[in-house]
Amino acid sequence: MISNFLQLLIYFSVLLVCVKPLGLYMAKVYGDKKPTWLGPFMRVERWCYRLCGIDDKVEMHWKTYATAVLSFSLVSFLSVYAIQRLQGWLPLNPESLTGVSPDSSFNTAVSFVTNTNWQGYGGESTMSYLTQMLALCVQNFVSAGVGMAVLIALIRGFARKNSTTIGNFWIDLTRGTVYILLPLSLVLSIVLVSQGVVQTLSSYQAVTLIEPTSDNTGQPVLTQKIAVGPAASQIAIKQLGTNGGGFFNVNSAHPLENPTPFSNFVQMLSILLIPAALCYTFGELVGDRRQGWTILAAMSVILLPLVVAVCLAEQAGSPAFESLGVDQLASVSQSGGNMEGKETRFGIVNSALWAVVTTAASNGSVNSMHDSFSPLGGLIPMWLMQLGEVVFGGVGSGLYGMLVFALVAVFIAGLMVGRTPEYLGKKIGAFEIKMAAIVILLPCGSVLLGTACAVLSAQGKATVFNPGPHGFSEVLYAFSSASNNNGSAFAGLGANTPFYNGILGIAMLIGRFGVILPVLGIAGSLAAKKAIPVGPGTLPTHTPLFVVLLVTVVIVIGALSFFPALALGPIVEHLMLQSHMLQSNR
Amino acid sequence: MIIHMRPAISIFIVFTILTGILYPCLVTVIAQSLFPHQANGSLIRREDHTIGSSLIGQSFTSPKYFWGRVSATSPSPYNAASSSGSNLGPTNVALTSAVQDRVNALKQYDTTKGLVPVDMVTSSASGLDPHISPAAAEYQVTRIAKSRNLSEEKLRDLVAQCTQGREFGLLGEPRVNVLELNIALDKDKSSELPPNE
Repeated sequence: MISNFLQLLIYFSVLLVCVKPLGLYMAKVYGDKKPTWLGPFMRVERWCYRLCGIDDKVEMHWKTYATAVLSFSLVSFLSVYAIQRLQGWLPLNPESLTGVSPDSSFNTAVSFVTNTNWQGYGGESTMSYLTQMLALCVQNFVSAGVGMAVLIALIRGFARKNSTTIGNFWIDLTRGTVYILLPLSLVLSIVLVSQGVVQTLSSYQAVTLIEPTSDNTGQPVLTQKIAVGPAASQIAIKQLGTNGGGFFNVNSAHPLENPTPFSNFVQMLSILLIPAALCYTFGELVGDRRQGWTILAAMSVILLPLVVAVCLAEQAGSPAFESLGVDQLASVSQSGGNMEGKETRFGIVNSALWAVVTTAASNGSVNSMHDSFSPLGGLIPMWLMQLGEVVFGGVGSGLYGMLVFALVAVFIAGLMVGRTPEYLGKKIGAFEIKMAAIVILLPCGSVLLGTACAVLSAQGKATVFNPGPHGFSEVLYAFSSASNNNGSAFAGLGANTPFYNGILGIAMLIGRFGVILPVLGIAGSLAAKKAIPVGPGTLPTHTPLFVVLLVTVVIVIGALSFFPALALGPIVEHLMLQSHMLQSNR
Repeated sequence: MIIHMRPAISIFIVFTILTGILYPCLVTVIAQSLFPHQANGSLIRREDHTIGSSLIGQSFTSPKYFWGRVSATSPSPYNAASSSGSNLGPTNVALTSAVQDRVNALKQYDTTKGLVPVDMVTSSASGLDPHISPAAAEYQVTRIAKSRNLSEEKLRDLVAQCTQGREFGLLGEPRVNVLELNIALDKDKSSELPPNE
């Protein structure tokens, strides 16, 4: 138990130490004072702009910025779709995998373009090395770059006065991708290889088994085929860009994707690294670092108790095993607890911490199977996604979501005292609050209506894997994940069907662009306003009081929207498990 | 939208070359030159053929070998070309009956032991978990000692050799590599196997 606590402590300490240096560096990359060593790279950058027909002197109105985001995402989508469909004819396909089906290609293309990285397919049995590199790896970078660019545009909205423009999308996208994501990924991927993550272009390795086994038809199996590939390069950016799409089917539970506790530690660290550091970048760019720390504090206040709660829920083990002669108690020689769907090297604490971190950030990679978590241990990851992925959240997307909640918080505070709400020296008007309402309500609606459609239709129910309320949880989790661009799953649900590929694809599009467009609208509207000086009636937004207010708003909206749905799934399942009521598929 | 198409397409091509070709190829070159063993799957070779990867478990069901975690891959257990967990939910009867079957399989060889360590009877997340807990290894020592005619002390020494503690004394969980342990068992000259085994 002490070691569990120590592991949590070390994790959060190291994360906190990284916030300031990385946050400051990112502020320089996006701001006016560039680090001098970037000089030579920036000459290449300018040369690339000329080649691409981009005028890097011109700034964009928010509508132009939004159109650029949409155009780039459309090109990305078409490319990922086409590469998957054509992979059978393309090179770098040592396992001779055939083209991916149209519905699965659509779903995966949307999934990677929207930074969701929901995976209806199994990586090692579906995607060729070329598809992994040229389609998926590229999107891991640029979809994260787009999220950060939109955030920076919103921050400019706060920082600028009487301005009609919010920056140049092409420049923001390029700088985030090339100067932040690329160098970090390069370092991380080499560290991961040193731990045992594979990185090769040769074909799958055949191994002679020590003890032959047999398959489910009774045929003897003498060899083991070990899937390998260019995994480390992709895993590094999958974590840093809060993408989460695994190279292999079981994602970071796979021993060749996450071989050691140390690789696990650096991967978990990379998940929250940029989202946490961006809070500091925000404070730096709006000229008041306390504002950044306040947002980070609010995120942490929500996160930390949930980490402890999932640890306790998973460590408690299953009441259903009590009569079976199973030892679930933690001791020096075993981690104990609910080990179904967990890896021995990670045990309970690293699986629980990962589950919370990956759903708090919109990462969605997993190192254990969330479908086999205890009911309450599974509820918390699901709820973290339903909060709108604002507790750290995706790179860029998490913070712009949280800033929208901050606008709602000052609006509510303003209503209570009857004053016009302000945030960071800008008056918050009807337009901003309307846009904020869209940002918050669209994903909520998509989760609840999508789940309702699925459980009412025969196609939706046909591929539910577990019986009873847990089956409902599988569907609710899927829509929570897709609509908030997370990408993790209760993976028992058979999601690679035309029905789920289609409807979850639409949910992902709503969750991404239904949020980005109003956020850019807010950015444009704020940038055009004049700054007002702080007066006696201004609510200070850098105080513990504001942290409490912001946390309350996030939790109340999340709790009120989803409590009824959660009651039908994990909550009722918890009560059933405690009274030893089990379910079977008839 | 049309006016953005030229920059969108051309900058997308630049990113594809940079992050989709140059970056993974550079990482491959560095990985293959600095860490060739790890980058190719940490394979274990004996004479001229490969007998496994120290990171990927194999299926063991004979009483003379240490058994690993339950594997939910299909069509055969520990199928490293198609990783998968069981995804059984906590209230699914299929989960409790799978646990019961595994408990029975273990008890069949050894009725003296008490409670079975939980990782011995539950499926791993990947279906390829190479490790079991030290408690799970200890649970199997009596069975293997009996079927190999080995002293339990000797076996515990071997187990200890294949056990890794927490990394830096802190991270992760203590664990025993099942494949390495079984290879060490087969190599051990004093571990006389009964004829025809």
